[in-house]
Amino acid sequence: MPTKVLVAKPGLDGHDRGAKIVARALRDAGMEVVYTGLHQTPEMIVTAALQEDVDVIGVSILSGAHMTIFPKIMRLLDERGVDDIAVVGGGVIQEDDIPKLKAIGVRAVFDSDATTQDLIDGIERIVAETGRAGARAAKK
Amino acid sequence: MVAETARCIPIRIQRDLARAITSIENGHATLEEASAKLPARADAALAYVIGVTGPPGAGKSTLVDRLIEAYRDAGETVAVIAVDPSSPFTHGAVLGDRVRMQRHSGDEGVFIRSMASRESGGGLAPATHDAIALAAHAGFDVIIVETVGVGQVELEIVGVADTVAVVTVPALGDSVQTIKAGLTEIADLFVVNMADRPGANRTALDLKHMVRESGKEIAVLQTVASEGTGIDGVVRALNDARAQPAGNAERAVRFAVVRGVRDAAVRRAFDLLDGDFGKEIFKRLRSGELDRTAARKALVAQILSEVYDAD
Repeated sequence: MPTKVLVAKPGLDGHDRGAKIVARALRDAGMEVVYTGLHQTPEMIVTAALQEDVDVIGVSILSGAHMTIFPKIMRLLDERGVDDIAVVGGGVIQEDDIPKLKAIGVRAVFDSDATTQDLIDGIERIVAETGRAGARAAKK
Repeated sequence: MVAETARCIPIRIQRDLARAITSIENGHATLEEASAKLPARADAALAYVIGVTGPPGAGKSTLVDRLIEAYRDAGETVAVIAVDPSSPFTHGAVLGDRVRMQRHSGDEGVFIRSMASRESGGGLAPATHDAIALAAHAGFDVIIVETVGVGQVELEIVGVADTVAVVTVPALGDSVQTIKAGLTEIADLFVVNMADRPGANRTALDLKHMVRESGKEIAVLQTVASEGTGIDGVVRALNDARAQPAGNAERAVRFAVVRGVRDAAVRRAFDLLDGDFGKEIFKRLRSGELDRTAARKALVAQILSEVYDAD
């Protein structure tokens, strides 16, 4: 079954061309992509991820606010007992921050040099590793 | 404003509902298995199902956003199931209906689920029917189903909705469009959205003429959903329809039954083709002994003979 991904665009930066390119590339790779538009709060992102029951949340941040937004998303997921939705990030993220993000549970960070193919490969690898869909099939 | 007394559905139940829907979408559970994890509700059958359909870009999602607002104001809980098309080539999909409904995100009385249409061609997704049932089980009072942007013949919404609102926009065609078969036949309510654009009155008038000539009583309303104009009228018309018991029941049952028969036949056809019957048919096709029409007839005859045996 198709991998379901939420492409989220938090914060105040006002353009989502990159996020839309990503959404389309993932679609062309056979994924089901929920796109939620601009100016999402961490609360909105987590609510959408829960209701849509996605496999992966992809967060695009260009504004430099990643060190506040990612921890909030991870905390909200934690509070709601969600441990099976992978979070990945992309955009303009300083190299020094990447290990810090990984330390709080962000599975992968794609910098601005990453191609859409890198993204597709990365997401497919994470889904294969977490085996979310497979795990749930077994739970039935 | 959401009424202070408005009911909510706890996030824990929303998550259970979300996962139950996924298990149906992915074929991991039957409706009975999936609903077993949700709270049992004796009044689940009373949930009011509104279908919103119409061509792409007519403003269906924006209208749904306004309807969510109206029903929340009235203190009811609302679930939305919004279907967008899957690519027939890659099976991928971009599900973008939520974009118009984001302001309800923090409201725990609202559940929004996007669905890719997958292999279904009727304007819904294969799992939409069961998702509606699950949302009702989870305790939602009003369930709004938004179809993919439809053309003229994707009419499956009739089989699931108590009331169908067909949303259109001005100047999509002349009055001949209103007398064609299909979409205009399933409306319980017409909404001419973007009514601030030229041609809105003309479009509404064409529809009104069509309705009068058909001898039915169907409201034709004008809205500017992006500004909230005309929404009161839509909600009034929906509430009128809701008050009529079983208004759409017979039509819905017809569609649901036909759909059930068709699904069963298609499933059986694939089973047959995957088995010995299929081996034989494909062998005879390759040898030229059968052409495609003859192969189809053989398959149909096999399925029908099984049906009569079962009787």
